Amino acid sequence: MFRDRPNAIATALLGIAIAYAGFRFVEWGIVNAIWSLPQEAGSQACRATRGQGACWAVIAERFRFIVCGAYPFDQQWRPACACLLFLVLYVASTIRTLWNWRLLALWIALPAAAVTLLRGGLFGISYVPSEFWGGLPLTFLLSTVGFAAAFPFAVALALGRRAELPAVKGVCIAYIELVRGVPLVTFLFMASVMFPLFVPQGVTIDKLLRAQIAIVLVIAAYVAEVLRGGLQAVPKAQYEAAASIGLSYWPSTMLIVLPQALRVSIPALVNTFIAFFKDTSLVIAIGLFDLLGAAKAVIVDAKWVGFGVEVYLFTALVYFVFCYGVSQYSRTLEISKTL
Amino acid sequence: MALNRYWIYCVAVVLSACSGAGREDAAMAPAAEVARGSTATPTLDGVRKKTFVQCGVTTGVAGFSAPDAQGEWHGLDVDVCRAIAAAVLGDAKKVRFTPLTAAQRFTALQTGEVDVLSRITTITFQRDVQLGIEFPAVNWYDGTTFIVRKSSKVKSVDDLNGATICLQPGTTNEVDVADYFRKHKLTFTPVVIERLEEGTNAYFAGRCDAFSQDQATLAALRARAPNPADHVVLPELISRGPYGPGVMPNDLRWIEIVRWSVYAMVNAEELGLSSTTIDRARESDDPDVRRFVGTSDGFGAMLGLDAAWAYRIVKQVGNYAESVERNITPLGIERGVNRLWKDGGVMYVPPLR
Amino acid sequence: MSIRLGLSHIGSRPRTARAHAIAWQILAGAVVAGFIAAIAFQAAANLRARGIASGFDFLDRAAGFEIARGPIDFSSRDTYARALFVGFINTFRVSLLGIALATALGVVLGVARLSSVWVIAAIAKGYLEVMRNTPLLLQLLFWYSLWQTLPAPPDALTPLPGVFLCFRGLFVPSPVWQTDYPWISIERPALAGFGFQGGASVSPEFAALLAGLTMYTAALIGEIVRGGILAVDKGQSEAAAALGLSRIRILRHVVLPQALRIIIPPTASQFLNLVKNSTLAVAIGYPDLISITNTTLNQTGQAIEAIGLAMAVYLAVSVGLSVAMNAYNAAILRRGGRTT
Repeated sequence: MFRDRPNAIATALLGIAIAYAGFRFVEWGIVNAIWSLPQEAGSQACRATRGQGACWAVIAERFRFIVCGAYPFDQQWRPACACLLFLVLYVASTIRTLWNWRLLALWIALPAAAVTLLRGGLFGISYVPSEFWGGLPLTFLLSTVGFAAAFPFAVALALGRRAELPAVKGVCIAYIELVRGVPLVTFLFMASVMFPLFVPQGVTIDKLLRAQIAIVLVIAAYVAEVLRGGLQAVPKAQYEAAASIGLSYWPSTMLIVLPQALRVSIPALVNTFIAFFKDTSLVIAIGLFDLLGAAKAVIVDAKWVGFGVEVYLFTALVYFVFCYGVSQYSRTLEISKTL
Repeated sequence: MALNRYWIYCVAVVLSACSGAGREDAAMAPAAEVARGSTATPTLDGVRKKTFVQCGVTTGVAGFSAPDAQGEWHGLDVDVCRAIAAAVLGDAKKVRFTPLTAAQRFTALQTGEVDVLSRITTITFQRDVQLGIEFPAVNWYDGTTFIVRKSSKVKSVDDLNGATICLQPGTTNEVDVADYFRKHKLTFTPVVIERLEEGTNAYFAGRCDAFSQDQATLAALRARAPNPADHVVLPELISRGPYGPGVMPNDLRWIEIVRWSVYAMVNAEELGLSSTTIDRARESDDPDVRRFVGTSDGFGAMLGLDAAWAYRIVKQVGNYAESVERNITPLGIERGVNRLWKDGGVMYVPPLR
Repeated sequence: MSIRLGLSHIGSRPRTARAHAIAWQILAGAVVAGFIAAIAFQAAANLRARGIASGFDFLDRAAGFEIARGPIDFSSRDTYARALFVGFINTFRVSLLGIALATALGVVLGVARLSSVWVIAAIAKGYLEVMRNTPLLLQLLFWYSLWQTLPAPPDALTPLPGVFLCFRGLFVPSPVWQTDYPWISIERPALAGFGFQGGASVSPEFAALLAGLTMYTAALIGEIVRGGILAVDKGQSEAAAALGLSRIRILRHVVLPQALRIIIPPTASQFLNLVKNSTLAVAIGYPDLISITNTTLNQTGQAIEAIGLAMAVYLAVSVGLSVAMNAYNAAILRRGGRTT
């Protein structure tokens, strides 16, 4: 830092500037901040300190809404448990000894359990329609179920893209390029407005299910591209060796090529997961309230209008903690030689 | 040998795909028949199967459709849906509400997400003919105007020349304002905000000088202001705006039920029947009252409902006057032209005979 | 590297293998075609039953909605086609500006991350991590909220004389062409009646969208620039230093030109991402192509046509970029360089 003179001067100047900014931020965010207000009191105390102190009371009061959405108040242990199930799934996915059929089983069983928990209607817990699901569980749900459901489809697309038959290859390429060239928001609109036209009258698809299907279709195309890179990375010798011992296409693909391709693609797959975890926030455009949607709804309330900065900083922190953590894990995977 | 087998498989697959397409044609036929105005009743059947009415409402406009602190919905439009539920399902509580923004409402109705759209929707040629939505009845007559700050000293609409006006996309107010300002050679800057709450917040925060909506809605919004006395709703209406529930055109019976549920409430007020007096009226000899409560002429059966359909509406929801008094009057809005025709208003509905 | 698709036919003759291949293709084609046909039939039936029109006639009808003031005049009497065009122009505007600003900022960030001044590199890294690990939509909403904390028009800030900054927007003087001498005059915004009249203005929505897109994409471009510079052989910069060139000169004349070949393809895909991300305008109320498509399809009910049009536009941009990229790669290969 202080290696030579220009370095030292720059560091000193910048250091002062940063220290000043940091000091002002701490003053705004911690020293002058209001941490909580009594339930019945209005937000006047907070409004009086606008500009000098942050109003973290808005988080304190609306924390449960931001995290659980409009879920019935007394049943909010269910979305909390659903979040926990997803976190367990993510942590379990990092345990190497589970990297076989057990992981597959977990990725099917745990999301299914979380959905059942949110939906209810079984085992004595009350049924809650999907219009009331929101907040953090919805973000986890859309990204995890989306990823899990898209995976088989993505594998098929990636294999199809490499097939020799021009028809199969053409369809797969067309699908992947179409989906990757068009913004995600158009797919969400398509799902929200066009899917009901594709089913017989009288059949209604849940709005959440429509959004989930759209997300699955999009994730499949992006994951297929990642897997294509992975498939390309498998040495040609592997294919030839498999053919030489008499394995035809499907056995050699399933037993030899695909496992290796998947192992190579894991860091990129994790990065794709992070990207879509952030992109699920777009469902606000079709009226679903995930974590970001719930946060936005908090500041539309007349009491907390104008405190967007505090609410969005808090939401950004939640996203940051999760995404940064997972991306650091992905970096260790990339570096690790025992992959 | 192997070759022949696979060719046979391929031909079989292609044939089954074609016959599948043929079956699609067969499935198309009932839909085509419905479009010709047949007796199929998909919406009514769906409501009966679900045992609730899915009602499209606003995201929260006091007086028309707004949730209270317990999450219960109240309002003039909410009462229309409750009346339909009382008539069809026997219980006014069997309604589920879908909050919709002005931009989303018609799509929600068209995709079948809601059975009836009771959402301060102005009936216009475009919506009736172009969008193909049916509006069986009018339940409130209103018009477009503006809410402004008292400090801006705006007395009439012409004073708003050059102002910034907040509008919602997909509303008649948007078009009315644009047309009026164009006609009178005035200019304005539109700020288009989809959600009503965000639009009102933007107006209260000062992002725009005026907010344009229907008069009753603006009165409700004014009550929500941090300081209601600082704002004034201009009395001048720049357009006509009859509100009514909207339904899809593919179920004639459902259209009739919605129409006559609304008419029943107004007819009840004309006949002097209210939720408190209807029980006594069951013993009445007045032929109009007997037809209404169902003791004669079997009108309910003609609608596909039981005889006490109108009785239940009045008993569980009330007549039109009660609905207005419960929802609109507490906001300080005058009933005005929405009084009965014999009281000087324009509420004139066909009689139940 | 490809395996013949077919069932276990080791030892069978090539003719039957080809027949099998054709059989599988017919099967695949039939399945896909059958699926699409089923959906199309059902959609047509549903549209007919609901009385929703089909076709593109709606483009000639009056739009009936307003669009916030922009470079092109529009009123609710203009057609849907014009409305979509206004949306397209808005998308084009914000995308072009965003690309230009993001590239400039991205290059600065990339170079900053390689700076030997530890503080600068740390700040750039921190910036990158924050931008990368929070959703772009969140960042847009944050900038929009921040803009709303600016004062009201009477107390507007004046960073430069004649320029006013308030929560209603940024108002700047603009040149106005006249037919007589002097040919150009400057129109200054002035507080009158209902806020600022005259001059040009930047709406909060546009500013928030531009700020969010720029800062997000700049972070990613910075990462690419850094990777590109690092990929240039260290020997190059050492040789240039031996020749006596200063660090800035080395960067400008030796390292960056070589790094550009590695930087350009991923940067082009980031540009495409920026164009696709501009559709987030729908969430903050900026009237871009997707916002107006949304309003159109809600007003006309013709979802398939409207979304199809929007998709076609974005697809055209994406395909155009791919073609340009392929041409660029081919040109590099022809000149004998590497593309990876």
